[in-house]
Amino acid sequence: MKTEDLKNSQEYKYGFTTDVENIRAPKGLNEETIKFISNIKKEPKWMLEWRLKAFERLKVLKEPNWQKPKYPKINYQDLYYYSAPKSASEKPKSLDEIDPKILETYKKLGIPLDEQKRLNGIAVDAVFDSVSVATTFKDELTKKGIIFCSISEAIKKHPDLVKKYLGSVIPLSDHYFATLNSAVFTDGSFVYIPPNTRCPMELSTYFRINASETGQFERTLIIADKGSYVSYLEGCTAPMRDENQLHAANVELVALDDAEIKYSTVQNWYPGDENGVGGIYNFVTKRGACRGKNSKISWTQVETGSAITWKYPSCILQGDNSVGEFYSIAITNNHQKADTGTKMIHLGKNTKSKIISKGISAGKADNMYRGLVEIKNKASNSRNYTQCDSLLMGNKCGAHTIPYIKNNNSTSTIEHEATTTKINEEQLYYCNQRGLDQEEAVSLIVNGFCKEVLQQLPMEFAVEAQKLVAISLEGSVG
Amino acid sequence: MLNIENLEAKVDNKNILNGLNLNIKPGEVHAIMGPNGSGKSTLANVLSGKNGYETRGDIKFNDENLSELSTEERAQKGIFLAFQYPLEIPGVNTNVFLRTSLNSIRKAKGEKELDTLSFLKLVKEKSSELGIDERFLSRQLNVGFSGGEKKKNEILQMKILQPKLAILDETDSGLDIDALRIVADGVNSYKNKDNAFLIITHYQRLLDYIKPDFIHVLSKGKIVKTGNAELGVELEKTGYANFI
Repeated sequence: MKTEDLKNSQEYKYGFTTDVENIRAPKGLNEETIKFISNIKKEPKWMLEWRLKAFERLKVLKEPNWQKPKYPKINYQDLYYYSAPKSASEKPKSLDEIDPKILETYKKLGIPLDEQKRLNGIAVDAVFDSVSVATTFKDELTKKGIIFCSISEAIKKHPDLVKKYLGSVIPLSDHYFATLNSAVFTDGSFVYIPPNTRCPMELSTYFRINASETGQFERTLIIADKGSYVSYLEGCTAPMRDENQLHAANVELVALDDAEIKYSTVQNWYPGDENGVGGIYNFVTKRGACRGKNSKISWTQVETGSAITWKYPSCILQGDNSVGEFYSIAITNNHQKADTGTKMIHLGKNTKSKIISKGISAGKADNMYRGLVEIKNKASNSRNYTQCDSLLMGNKCGAHTIPYIKNNNSTSTIEHEATTTKINEEQLYYCNQRGLDQEEAVSLIVNGFCKEVLQQLPMEFAVEAQKLVAISLEGSVG
Repeated sequence: MLNIENLEAKVDNKNILNGLNLNIKPGEVHAIMGPNGSGKSTLANVLSGKNGYETRGDIKFNDENLSELSTEERAQKGIFLAFQYPLEIPGVNTNVFLRTSLNSIRKAKGEKELDTLSFLKLVKEKSSELGIDERFLSRQLNVGFSGGEKKKNEILQMKILQPKLAILDETDSGLDIDALRIVADGVNSYKNKDNAFLIITHYQRLLDYIKPDFIHVLSKGKIVKTGNAELGVELEKTGYANFI
């Protein structure tokens, strides 16, 4: 990374707001709000009933508080649960109908929605606050029988698939935030890959929180039918605001026999300022079911944003010979906090899981890996390998590793390795002696530390992610 | 090129260098010998700008005051230190490191950055001169390298970065005869009338391959004796006792 670029990017460069007129549900969490959301989305009755059932359940659930990062009590009655740009109240049929200001926003973010520009052949679904504003490359995908659309559209056009799989991985009553999402989710992406089909391009969703005092509750559902393959990537940004905004998404993945889903996240929500004011609460439930034999789900996450990141993308390895992977980079700087990791639940025989976690902590930040590996009694000959590395920069930050390991099958093995290191002064000196300045040296060393995870990302995003890693740590050494 | 006057250096209030004087002109090879603890590596570190030393005295590099420059600025201006213990940087390819380094230096000099192809061509040329296998370059920097490989890598870096002053800090220690010869050949092939070497060593044997113009004996942080190549041979026979 060039020094000049670094200097120009000292601040969070996605922190701008877009001035568009919004349609909002009245503030507050109640049946009326849920009906408002369902109504404005013209949902079928079964969907509304499903939401209301979740809401009933929510009333008896309590917010969990076992996590390390604590946060002030959220007043759920003081939030907007639905906010949509006015111009998108009818989903635009073509790009020409999208508010030019929103198109401009995505352009600024480096996400051209214009299909002519062919962003490296990546199909994009763009979600702005509570609604999906555009999905590109639809025609090309449709020819292969691939469905890639907003979840709102899928509820109307593909109700059988949605009914069958929605909530099948994350049940309605799972836990507070997941259930809250089930009640009030607004939009998100839906993907269905038909049997024996390899999705010919990367599918990608870009989430943007724009409006203030608004929670974002997106819902993503990806189904890879027998023998299919899909690689999916999500990116997220938000404007700089001095309030904390809640983002509680649910992501469900289902892989049937011999199917593979690769799910990558580059999370760069606004992290708050250097004094810890503002920033996104990123409380997300992500879970994948390897339902079929020989199926595979691979999570890759690069978490650099958010005031608090609290998530455990998980794999339920039901099918025999199924494989679950989790590759993670979590960077916390200034006052950011992360409590993240994964859950690998081995149910089928010969199931394998692999966890590679790289936590980097700088400033006054706190970074926690928390992960569960559980091998159930029928999961014979199963294996897990876990490697958790933490890198500390400076002496005011923290790194913690809490692995939960349960093995109920004597033919199965679990391996866990963990290291904690401080960024090495001698390494920095060596780099400086070769002409690299402090920022370049840190970027080089940290990118090396994260390499195993970075190389899991699709090519087009790996370079971006490398830069993001460097930017997130600016000014943390020296 | 390098003028050191009355240099003192302290670490944790302990005096290591006590009024050292040294002048190096372009085209010269200087060797510094001396017993353990005489301040040889400290001199190398102070010249390259390592943190943690409290210094007094004057160091001029091409008439510029070195103490005002950061480590990377010194490197960019042409000071290269071949480390006694080169550092491992996991996950970073030797190639990538070398290219980042070269381009940082080129940029500081106002030169254009080298694109991947020209860089690979350059690396290929320099590594074959040193008899280094190219596969070596796609390995992580110094990770799992043998002692000899690490030192050869330092010399390769020197040849690619083209410094004005190369300081070799005990580059010969721990090398077998073949590796020693490769290192020496690397130095001899790089040497010209515009650059200079400061070679820190314990042993005469490296000086059998690289002929120094001057040998200095360092003791208790001072140069106590300066001579020509003969001095090394004498030291090898008699030890340091006569000089300190």
